Amino acid sequence: MIDDEFTKALLEKKGFLSRRDSLDCLTVDCPADRLVDMTLALRDEDGFDLLVDLTAIDHGEDAEVRFSVVLHFYSLVHRGYLRIHVLCSDNEKPSVPSVSDVYPAANWHERETYDMFGIEFTGHPDLRRILMWDEYPYFPLRKDFPLAGIDTPLPAADVVEVTKASVEPAPMMGGPFVSSGDNVMSESEPRARDESWTEESEKPS
Amino acid sequence: MISDEVGYNGKVEGDVIVTKADAVINWIRKHSVWPMPMGLACCAIELMASAASRYDISRFGMEVMRFSPRQSDCMIVAGTVTYKMAEVVRRIYDQMGDPKWVVAMGACASTGGMYRSYAVMQGVDNIVPVDVYVSGCPPRPEALLDAMMKLQDKIGREPSVGNLRKSKSVSAC
Amino acid sequence: MSKTVTREISIGDVGTRGSEASEKADSDRMALNVGPSHPTTHGVLRLIMELNGDVIEKCEPVIGYLHRGDEKIAENMTYNQFVPYTDRLDYLAPLANNVAYALTVEKLAGVEVPERCQAIRVLVCELARISSHLLGMGVFGMDAGAWTPFMYTFTEREKLYTLFEELTGARFTTSYTRIGGVARDIPDGWLDRVKTFCENLPKATDEVEKLLTRNRIFLDRTEGIGEISKEDALAYGLTGPNLRASGVDLDLRKDKPYSGYEKYDFDVPIGTRGDCYDRYLIRIEEVRQSLRIIDQVISDFPSGLWYAEDARKIFAPPKEKIMTSMEELIQNFMIVTEGPQVPPGEVYFEAENPKGALGFYLVSKGGGVPYRLKIRAPSFCNLSILEKFVPGHMLADITVILGSLDFVMGECDR
Repeated sequence: MIDDEFTKALLEKKGFLSRRDSLDCLTVDCPADRLVDMTLALRDEDGFDLLVDLTAIDHGEDAEVRFSVVLHFYSLVHRGYLRIHVLCSDNEKPSVPSVSDVYPAANWHERETYDMFGIEFTGHPDLRRILMWDEYPYFPLRKDFPLAGIDTPLPAADVVEVTKASVEPAPMMGGPFVSSGDNVMSESEPRARDESWTEESEKPS
Repeated sequence: MISDEVGYNGKVEGDVIVTKADAVINWIRKHSVWPMPMGLACCAIELMASAASRYDISRFGMEVMRFSPRQSDCMIVAGTVTYKMAEVVRRIYDQMGDPKWVVAMGACASTGGMYRSYAVMQGVDNIVPVDVYVSGCPPRPEALLDAMMKLQDKIGREPSVGNLRKSKSVSAC
Repeated sequence: MSKTVTREISIGDVGTRGSEASEKADSDRMALNVGPSHPTTHGVLRLIMELNGDVIEKCEPVIGYLHRGDEKIAENMTYNQFVPYTDRLDYLAPLANNVAYALTVEKLAGVEVPERCQAIRVLVCELARISSHLLGMGVFGMDAGAWTPFMYTFTEREKLYTLFEELTGARFTTSYTRIGGVARDIPDGWLDRVKTFCENLPKATDEVEKLLTRNRIFLDRTEGIGEISKEDALAYGLTGPNLRASGVDLDLRKDKPYSGYEKYDFDVPIGTRGDCYDRYLIRIEEVRQSLRIIDQVISDFPSGLWYAEDARKIFAPPKEKIMTSMEELIQNFMIVTEGPQVPPGEVYFEAENPKGALGFYLVSKGGGVPYRLKIRAPSFCNLSILEKFVPGHMLADITVILGSLDFVMGECDR
C-alpha cells in the first residue's frame, strides 16, 4: 500500500526528492541528474515494475521553468501509482537523461516527447521523430505553435510536383469555438475571434 | 441521348443486341467495380461492415476488395488522411490502372472532418481527384452503398469509347 | 574453402534503407517494407523488416500515419466538446474510451456519479469489450486465413450496433458520456434486449471456437509463435490481455476498481506461455466473463438519476428545468459556452479498456478547457515490443503476430 508510512520511508531514503501536493497519487519532484538512479531504485528495490507513462508539460514561454517531464509508475505489489516531475533546466534546449535503459517502455514515450516538445533525452539509443515525419521542422505541442499548423512543404517531392499539395494550415476561421473564460459574458461568449474571413473569402492582409 | 441505354431490338435482329459500345462497356464496368479499400481509420470499420453479411456489398459485385492497386478500379479512402500518409495515398492512386475512380468516404476524407489541426490534410481531394464524397462520421453502410450506386451512375455516363480512342492516339505517337 | 561472411546492415535513415540493402551484393539480407497500406497491418502501421531468406532479422515499426493532433486539439476544446475525439481513439470500443475520459475529469472535479450512472457505464463498457474482442478474434482468424469467423463475429457485432444505436443514437462513435453523467437515460425495454443478446451470444462464440480453437491449422500457426516473456511484457509497458497472456495478473477492474466494478463477481483469465494462442484464448474467455458481468448488472439494476445532481457547474441540468427555471437556464448557458468548470490540479486515471489500460493525464489550470491532456494509449505501448520479439520468426508469422496483439492505430497515433 502506498500510504503515509511508505511515503515517509521513500522520502527519507532518497533525500533529493521533494513531495508535491496532489489529489490522487504520490507525487514527487526529482532533480534531472538523479533521475536514472531513482528509476533504477524504483525498479529493483521498491517494486515499481511498470512504467505507465512518460510525457511533458509546457508551462508557457513566460514561465520560469518552461518544460517539465512527468513520469508515471505503477506497482503491482503496492497496487498504486507514483508520479515524478522532473524540471528541465534549460528553456531553450531542454534536456533530461533518458530512462530507456532501465525501462524499455520509455523508448517510444521519449521519442514521442521529443517529437512533440523538442526535449532531448540524453543517452537515448535512437532519438528521432515518431509521430510526425522525420523532416518536420516544428514541435507541435509547444504552446507557441498554433493548432492550425504552419506552412511546410510536403515530405515527398514527386507527389508535390504532380499535385501541388503542401502542408497548409487548417482553415480555422477564428475557431475553435471555445469561450475565452475570464471576461465579461458578452465578450467571452464563444464566437469566431476573427470574423473577417471564411472558407470562401480570403483572409484580408 | 442517354449513352447508358442498352437497346434491344429483338424483332429485327433475333438473338443479337444492337446498341452503343459505350452502353455495354459502362454496363459491364459499373456492375463489377473492384474497390481498393484505403482503410485508414474508423470509417474502415464501416467499410468492413458494409462488406459483411448484413449490408452485403457483394450484391453490387464489389466484394472483391483487392488490396493491390493494380487489380482494382475504385479507391475508397476511408478515414483521416494525414500529411504523413498523403504521399502513400497518392502513390497507390498512381499505381491503379485506368479507368479509376475515388470515393472519399466520411467527413475526414472529404474535408478533414472535425480534425482541424496541424497534421491532418483537409480533404483527400488535395492530392487525388475525387468522384463521390460521402458525408457522415462514420457514414452508415447504407450511405456508402448509396455512394457506390451514385458512382455506378457516374460510370454509366462516361464516354468510354472516346476515352479509349484518346489513350490509343496518345500511345500511337 | 567456403567462408560464411556475415555482414550486418544497420537500418538507419528511412530513405537509405532499401538502397543500402541492395548495394551489398553478397549479402543474403533483404529489406522489406510492409507498407502502411497493407491488409494485415490493421490500420496504418508500417514495418521495415530485414529478412534473411524467410527469417526476420530486424523489424522496425513506423507509426504516426494516423497522428491527428488530438492532444493539441484537447487544449482548445471544452471538456464536453472533447468527448467525440475520445470515441475515435480506440474506434472498436468507443464507449469504453468515453467512460475512461469522463471518469478522469470527474476525478479531478471531485464529482461522484450516482449508482445508476455507474451501472450504465459498467454495462456499456462490457458491451464495448465484447464488441472489440469479437472483431479482434474475427480479424485474427482472417489473418490466419479463415474467412468464416469474421463473418460470424460481424453478424453478432451488428446486433450490438443496433443496441448502441438505440441507446446513444450512433452505431459506434457514440459520444455517450458527459462530465458528471451520461447523455441520456436508458430507453424502456433496452435492458431486456441486452439480455436477449447476451443469451444468444454464447452460441455464436461457441461456433467461432469450434472453427478455430482446436483447428489443426490454426494451432500450427499460433502455438509457440510470438512468445512474450513476463519480464519483457512488464518492461515494455504492455497492459491488458497481452500482459495477462504472459502470466502477469494485472486487471484494473480488480486491482483498482472504478465505477462500481467491485460489486460484481468475475474471473480474470491469465495465460501461461504468452504466445499468440494464449492471447486468442484469453480474449474469448474475457467475452464470457463480460457476459457474466452484464448478467449481474442487469439483474440488480439500480434506479435513480443518470447524472450527478449536485454537480452544479459541471453537468447541465435536464431540459424541462432549463425551459422553465431561470437559474438552470443560466447554468446551462455557462456550461455549454465556457465548459464544465474544473478546479486546477493534475490527475491520472487509467481504465481497463479492451486493448489494455487507457490512461488520461489531465493538467488543469482552472476553467473549462484543459491545460494539458495526455492520452496514454495501450496500443502505443503494445507496439513498442515488436522490435524486441519479432526477430527470429518467419515472414508468414508476422500477420498472426500483429493480429494477436490486437492494436488499433487510431489509439496508437492519436
